[in-house]
Amino acid sequence: MPTVCDTRSEMAAVQDAPVEADNEKEIKTETLNDAAGNHASAAGGVIPSPPVASTSSSGPAKAGGPGSEEQQTLMAVLQFLKKNNFVGAVDVLRREAGILEDSDESQGQELAASALGGAEAGDATCTLSRASSCTTSTPAVAAAPAKGGEDQPDVNVVLSAYSQQGDPALYQGYYSGLKKFVESVLDCHRAELSQLFYPLFVHMYLELVYNNHETEAKAFFEKFSGDQECYYQDDLRVLSGLTKKEHMKGNETLLDFRTSKFVLRISRDSYQLLKRHLQERQNNQIWNIIQEHLYIDIFDGMPRSKSQIDSMSGSLAGEAKREANKAKVFYGLLKEPEIDVPLDDEDEEGENEEGKPKKKKPKKDSMGSKSKKQDPNAPQQNRIPLPELKDSDKLDKIMYMKEATKRIRLGPESLPSICFYTFLNAYQGLTAVDFTDDSSLIAGGFADSTVRVWSVTPKKLRSVKSAADLNLIDKESDDVLERIMDEKSASESKILYGHSGPVYGVSFSPDRNYLLSCSEDGTVRLWSLQTFTCLVGYKGHNYPVWDTQFSPYGYYFISGGHDRVARLWATDHYQPLRMFAGHLADITCTQFHPNSNYVATGSADRTVRLWDILNGNCVRIFTGHKGPIHSLAFSPNGKYLASGATDGRVLLWDIGHGLMIGELKGHTDTVYSLKFSRDGEILASGSMDNTVRLWDSIKAFDDIETDDFTAATGHIHLPENSQELLLGTYMTKSTPVIHLHFTRRNLLLAAGAYNP
Amino acid sequence: MRVCRGGAAAMADREERRFAEVPRESIRLMAESAGVELSDDVAALLTEDVCYRLREATQNSSQFMRHAKRRKLTVEDFNRALRWSNVEAVCGYGAQDTLPFRPIKEGDLFFVEDREVNLVELALATNIPKGCAETMVRVQVSYLDGKGNLEPQGTVPSAVQTLSDDLLKYYQQITRSILGEDPHLMKVALLDLQSNSKIAALLPYFVYVISGVKSVSHDLEQLNRLLHMVKSLVQNPYLYLGSYVRSLVSSVMYCILEPLAASINPLNDHWTLRDYAALLLSHIFWTHGDLVSGLYHQILLSLQKVLSDPVRPLCSHYGAVVGLHALGWKAVERVLYPHLPAYWANLQAVLDDYSVSNAQVKADGHKVYGAILVAVERLLKMKALSLSVNAEGGIGGLPRPGGIMGCRESSPGLSPPPEPLSEPGLGIASHLHAGGAGCPWEDWTPVPLPAMYCELYSFFGDSLAVRFSTGPSLGNSPPAPLAQPPTTRKELPGGTANLDTARKMPQLTANLNISPRQDGSPHGELTAPSMVSGRSLARSSSSSSVQRSRSSSSRPGQRPSGLSRDVFPKARFNPLPAGPPIFSFVIGGRQMGRRCQGRRFQTTFTPSQPLSAVSSRTYAHKLPVIGRVGKPVRRWTCSQYSLHLPL
Repeated sequence: MPTVCDTRSEMAAVQDAPVEADNEKEIKTETLNDAAGNHASAAGGVIPSPPVASTSSSGPAKAGGPGSEEQQTLMAVLQFLKKNNFVGAVDVLRREAGILEDSDESQGQELAASALGGAEAGDATCTLSRASSCTTSTPAVAAAPAKGGEDQPDVNVVLSAYSQQGDPALYQGYYSGLKKFVESVLDCHRAELSQLFYPLFVHMYLELVYNNHETEAKAFFEKFSGDQECYYQDDLRVLSGLTKKEHMKGNETLLDFRTSKFVLRISRDSYQLLKRHLQERQNNQIWNIIQEHLYIDIFDGMPRSKSQIDSMSGSLAGEAKREANKAKVFYGLLKEPEIDVPLDDEDEEGENEEGKPKKKKPKKDSMGSKSKKQDPNAPQQNRIPLPELKDSDKLDKIMYMKEATKRIRLGPESLPSICFYTFLNAYQGLTAVDFTDDSSLIAGGFADSTVRVWSVTPKKLRSVKSAADLNLIDKESDDVLERIMDEKSASESKILYGHSGPVYGVSFSPDRNYLLSCSEDGTVRLWSLQTFTCLVGYKGHNYPVWDTQFSPYGYYFISGGHDRVARLWATDHYQPLRMFAGHLADITCTQFHPNSNYVATGSADRTVRLWDILNGNCVRIFTGHKGPIHSLAFSPNGKYLASGATDGRVLLWDIGHGLMIGELKGHTDTVYSLKFSRDGEILASGSMDNTVRLWDSIKAFDDIETDDFTAATGHIHLPENSQELLLGTYMTKSTPVIHLHFTRRNLLLAAGAYNP
Repeated sequence: MRVCRGGAAAMADREERRFAEVPRESIRLMAESAGVELSDDVAALLTEDVCYRLREATQNSSQFMRHAKRRKLTVEDFNRALRWSNVEAVCGYGAQDTLPFRPIKEGDLFFVEDREVNLVELALATNIPKGCAETMVRVQVSYLDGKGNLEPQGTVPSAVQTLSDDLLKYYQQITRSILGEDPHLMKVALLDLQSNSKIAALLPYFVYVISGVKSVSHDLEQLNRLLHMVKSLVQNPYLYLGSYVRSLVSSVMYCILEPLAASINPLNDHWTLRDYAALLLSHIFWTHGDLVSGLYHQILLSLQKVLSDPVRPLCSHYGAVVGLHALGWKAVERVLYPHLPAYWANLQAVLDDYSVSNAQVKADGHKVYGAILVAVERLLKMKALSLSVNAEGGIGGLPRPGGIMGCRESSPGLSPPPEPLSEPGLGIASHLHAGGAGCPWEDWTPVPLPAMYCELYSFFGDSLAVRFSTGPSLGNSPPAPLAQPPTTRKELPGGTANLDTARKMPQLTANLNISPRQDGSPHGELTAPSMVSGRSLARSSSSSSVQRSRSSSSRPGQRPSGLSRDVFPKARFNPLPAGPPIFSFVIGGRQMGRRCQGRRFQTTFTPSQPLSAVSSRTYAHKLPVIGRVGKPVRRWTCSQYSLHLPL
């Protein structure tokens, strides 16, 4: 294949040229580029080869090219590790190298780090990416695009890819030439081809900066930054601040650009147009960038419209590849364990009393609680080992069922009542809130490193007596559980001290015995709500942990933070069970799927990813948000996911199909909390703009299902129906809403700190 | 640090971005301070790097802000970002207060003020600041059944929002210091309130604060402070009070007239408060006569109403008298003087009661007596003065129906204004409208000075400091009224001579037993024994109660309630059942009849049953002396004032 030849010849060229000898190299690459361009044009002229093959590494040439590339990358990494005396890491990498090469290529990027038990190697990689220490670049690796197993390779390795360059003065010409071309094409193609502008702009700018053409870079930026879509503004701001090669080291946004190929989806027709144009113009510069830094996902069919493209773009690395969302996701709910209690009778009675037997059916459906038949979409019951139910859990389940019978059916006609829990005098800065499932306790994480727990019911919080006192009590008595509690310690609230930085996330265990908190200090702590002391500090994240969440079945929990890795833990292991790596920026929020087999993570790279706990794979990548994602919520039936971001929009996703199915516009500030009602009819969203909004989720899901959307391409027309879906907007008393919770009877609880 | 235009960031369709940039000179200065000399190139490079690192740190710190769910970037956030990049954190700016940047005179240098803290002083300080309140969670059920609130909750009213921060702060400081503990602060605040020229926007809020008098009627100190506040506002030459003056007047009137909760305790000197309020009232009328002219009649009406209401406590009457006095001698002449004979009877009864239980009331009575005396003396003086002035040149003698205008009292408010009395707006006066149909002064004719003097002398005797001869020499008073007093007075059993002061008082007290009767409801008194017993409750030690009319001013709308009690407990009088009514009725009838054409005060008197038979002494002891505060006028609205015992 011609492409592969290109890369190789180029690689050879760079291998020959020492990096320092800039002038010489410049000339050489110049000529070589030309040659490569000719080559490519020739190839394009002869056979309109399948573009997938020419751009991705999964073509027929796979055997030769990518293999050796990876080999080289590995060599470079090994060299680096050796140099820095990471003996252990070298060993591990060596051991795993074989696996790496054999591993399924289609799984793409996030394999190595997410492999089971890869903690050590993962940590090493993290350190790697963080280390801004200057290593002399290895010429051998210079041209190898960083891909495959490595997520965050060494800076110089990454940046040196920019060393090939053309005449800086011509960059503006290249870009405006492309712009002119795109403007001249047919309308239907224009929108698609416009997608090229942003990644090209960024890479051209970076090339200029990298090669020390500061003034040209500035001029280039000034001239064309205005053309970019407004939702890239945040990234542009970062870019505009960056005018020196030295600055590029250690800049995470830059690394993100380089390490991941920007993914575009373009219809075959549009792509052909582009290719022909570039070949005619012999526009090698752009062609090279497209080949090296862009991943063009070509599909057959109608070109997409501007609105379709806009709805899906906005993420740091473009859209998700189509195959990234092809994996099967078992989104169904697990079968609830049978609890043989007189509950059923009572339940029936309750139903009969109300005289609404039909009510039972949809409820069962949505809860999936007592369905005898296995849901075809549900994972196997033991796919993930879950903790066994204790007696107390069973009791709680019974309570839950009883409460559920008294649940209010919500709908557009019957909106829930909302109770607002206001934190007063929260001068310490309230950063996170959680309610227990039965709404009896509320926990707040504060910026002064404390976690505070309040009892919402008249029942006060009591801790267990001290060991000495416990010895004295009669263990045979019936009320032993009552006796072990220390009456003297009863109080409305308890303060948990232990963290050394702001607490960014809190989460109650489903059985209300534990509380998790994660903090800026990089730890996740597990607190006992019996003794109100810290039980474990889970250390693994080296940087702030932004969010943590208990599994709906307890035992497992997920945490994610600034190090871009989400970790799955079990409460009785001090090391993570899984590490989910792949996000290109901080993980800002985490959420467990109701069946506990998947976790969703939202990130500052403006994507949502769904991870399979069983094998650590990323099974869904949802793009479309235009700002960091700060809230996630699964619908109770496990089919849908809602995500809210700083752009104030809430997006709805169909997990099974991997599609965006709705966009809820209305909030004017970051959406910090989302929650579906217990039956999933209402989606509540709370925001920094001091409002709680209620959305008709049933309608949102129905509208899309009746549409003739093509699951194959995933190109949906989003109905502009936010206003129809919005059921109500409720203002708070100048209090940002940072948590929402539906009680078991569908009363909506909201919480936030009063901001005078 | 200077903020200037960012280098590469001029965007075509968006606003220009701005970056913080550190100028090269600053870098060089900093280097010099560290003992390093920088060449131009190095400084330039360093500058650029510093700027970039600053931007980077700022971008990183914004993450902390977002995750703390704040809108404001704090120094702590920035420090955390610095820690990420292994830079030493900046200590000492972690407080949540805003950092005041101060400019230096020469050059564009701004810096954060960094005062030295005296640790010893801090450690030994006695005023340890209170810890902040405990963090707590409060629940509020806001929205039920989807009927939510669509307005922002709990925000300041829009009007206040338009106030600048400075004004708000000023307002808070002023109110706090005026109502606070420190008398010195209060003085300063009042002084400023009096002279500040920029507080026009705050006027409604101050007026609102002042209207709070009604809620602090138990606290003389606060009432006083609020009145001082009124004074300051009224005296402020830069303020145009506009319609707010009504509210102010109503607050002042409240202090003058209402039986304040503070007056229950005899130790409280509410008299001074009333005096001060009356003074303030006159001050308002003097200085803002143009604004309050419409109020004049209403106020007169309400004062008169209070005065003629025997059920009101004496302190209210006192207030009414000083209020009238404050409004000028015309007001006294037109309201107090005609009403005096009727009132006198009641007052005398109080003063003549020497029982121990009456001591307090008697003391109050003396206060009223004194106030009346002061008022009428001034009346006489001013009338004489006006007459003489009139006689000399007639300068101020405008042919107004209200009579001759004194030159001093020529404020527009004193003449009956063209506005009808039904003008709304004054809280106190509003209840008068119902009964205001037959106003006593609509057809009021001035009494000549000699006649007035004669009459007043008959009341006060030599207590009057002003002396006139009773001859016809004074002024050009018509002869007819002059002739009248002797004719009527001859019926007085005690004697007709004006000079016989020693006997005056007892004579008049003898009249006490009867007071003018309400023409509208004579039946009620006859038919309702409960009423009688109710009334007699107030008489603590009287052996027999005498039939008296309830209130000469009771309106037709008032229920014929038997629950109203007399203000004046009568003690020693054992009037003859049949005789005295007739004879004292003549006096009452004479005086009332002449002044008011007998309309208001009915003179036909049906002798009632001897009421002594109705024994009410069983209840008497239950009544506190201050039980007088029962106000029939407002009973149906303000039941909290009523201490009466339903029978």
